[in-house]
Amino acid sequence: MRLWTLVILLTPLVTGAGLCWKSSMLLSDHSLVSLLSSVVWKPLSGQFGFASFIISSLWVTFLALLFAGPICLLSALHLTYYAHSRVTKIMQPAIDILAGIPSVVYGVWGVIVIVPFMSNRMAPLFGVETSGYCILAGALVLSVMITPFILNILIDIFQTIPTELHESTLSLGVSNWVAIRSVLLRKAFPGIVSAMGLGISRAFGETIAVLMVVGNVAKIPDGVFQPGYPLTALIANNYGEMLSIPLYDSALMLAALILFVIVLLFNLLSRILIIRYENKYK
Amino acid sequence: MKINTSKTTGLRKSLQRAEEIFFRSLMLLSSCLIVGVLLMIIISIMRKGIPSLSFEMLTRTPKGGFYFGKEGGILNAIVGSLYLALGATLLAFCIGLPVAIFMNTWLLRHRKTVNLLRFILDLLWGVPSIIYGAMGFTVMIMLGLRTSLLAGIIVVGLFVLPIMIRAIDEGFKTSPAGLTEAALSLGSSKSELGYRVLAMQCFPGIVTAILLSFGRAIGDAASVLFTTGFTDRIPTSLGQPTATLPLSIFFQLTSPIPEVKNRAYAAAVVLTIIILLTSLLARFFTSKFKKQSIKF
Repeated sequence: MRLWTLVILLTPLVTGAGLCWKSSMLLSDHSLVSLLSSVVWKPLSGQFGFASFIISSLWVTFLALLFAGPICLLSALHLTYYAHSRVTKIMQPAIDILAGIPSVVYGVWGVIVIVPFMSNRMAPLFGVETSGYCILAGALVLSVMITPFILNILIDIFQTIPTELHESTLSLGVSNWVAIRSVLLRKAFPGIVSAMGLGISRAFGETIAVLMVVGNVAKIPDGVFQPGYPLTALIANNYGEMLSIPLYDSALMLAALILFVIVLLFNLLSRILIIRYENKYK
Repeated sequence: MKINTSKTTGLRKSLQRAEEIFFRSLMLLSSCLIVGVLLMIIISIMRKGIPSLSFEMLTRTPKGGFYFGKEGGILNAIVGSLYLALGATLLAFCIGLPVAIFMNTWLLRHRKTVNLLRFILDLLWGVPSIIYGAMGFTVMIMLGLRTSLLAGIIVVGLFVLPIMIRAIDEGFKTSPAGLTEAALSLGSSKSELGYRVLAMQCFPGIVTAILLSFGRAIGDAASVLFTTGFTDRIPTSLGQPTATLPLSIFFQLTSPIPEVKNRAYAAAVVLTIIILLTSLLARFFTSKFKKQSIKF
């Protein structure tokens, strides 16, 4: 048991160290800053610029959070403070199933529903032309995928607030919404921020579903209807063939390292914030 | 003066009421939207996939020219996925249960260590599966291994391990402290406490954890993309490469031929049904075995 525990503790360290070691080959003759700020991606001539991939990833992630965040917040409030227990009983399995659907199925859904919707409905509405495989499609699919994740955390967050606080606010004669708005939401604010942070890290690391709908063109997207190429898609698309080109595997490992660091950082901060928040009410 | 205040309070009351109604309907709308999107996903997958789902598809492996729309089925992917997910779940269970018990018996008096462990497991849970896949592939190259079922099982097993441990651990947390104290006061060792008292008491929690991990393992594509390879045959040993359902869907969907695309939709239906069944089974187990645990 102690051995297994040790194994688990070592996994992230080994992963991080392995990624660092692998990517150090590339870093020895390119500086990190130039790699991160360059947009030229020509592995054949040894030019590896990550800027367009990182920016694509950021676009997709923040748009997804923009769609999913408010809806999750409102729905979490509804399920905690308003909904009848019968409604909660229906919603809980629905959230569980939504969380359990594999990402490739979300990808298929994106391809058969979201992509045609983008090219046939949304694009004419904004007067642009698109194949449908674009940043916005990726963000929409992602927002559905992170919804159950954020929602579950938010419900937990609201449930840790003592009922007395809610009741004593109500006893002052305000309506339920005013109590939520002016007391409970303020109390829960750090928790809400950390739930969103966890959603960001989940969205940032999602691979297959995004890869299937986002278009995969390696340039900086200048609009939400342009195709993008997130970091995860870069790794997934090129890993098999990288062995033939020098430094290519090192570059992909650096991409994985960037992903790992960003995801871990968001996770770390959010988790610390949540623990602090929960301790306040113990 | 008096009339004036009552007028403003009246105004404020009605404003409050309007605000209440507005936000309340907004909340209801977002809850409905979430359920609606879920229904829409399931219905659209089913509508696209069921017409091309046939008995032949489920019971045969790909024949020559399968990827150009000729005959054959996806049995290789279905069986491969089941092997992979079962193996990975078993591996994660064999490591996960002892660790969860270790956390809840030996470390009972070291709250800080347990909390740190939980924290690290939560962090690990958040690591994207593609990183596990890339790392697994690198290790395999270093050791000179080819893609195989075993490599996939190890990588996916490591990927679902944090989920397994945390889920079992959450189950153990619900066990009353009195039960632990009673077992210890009767002279049971820590192993007995863990495997014969806690594990029995929290049996539904463990089953839920297993099914949760199984669902994750069978649905994940990014971690098996480089580690299991892809083949048309059903693997007969751990050293052979294997096909998996998510990858089968992914590869077939990129094909320009409509028959092959339709098969991808049908395979998506199969995967969705497996996931729905797992979810249903988890609910069934939780409600059935809850009655047998000791209540305080």
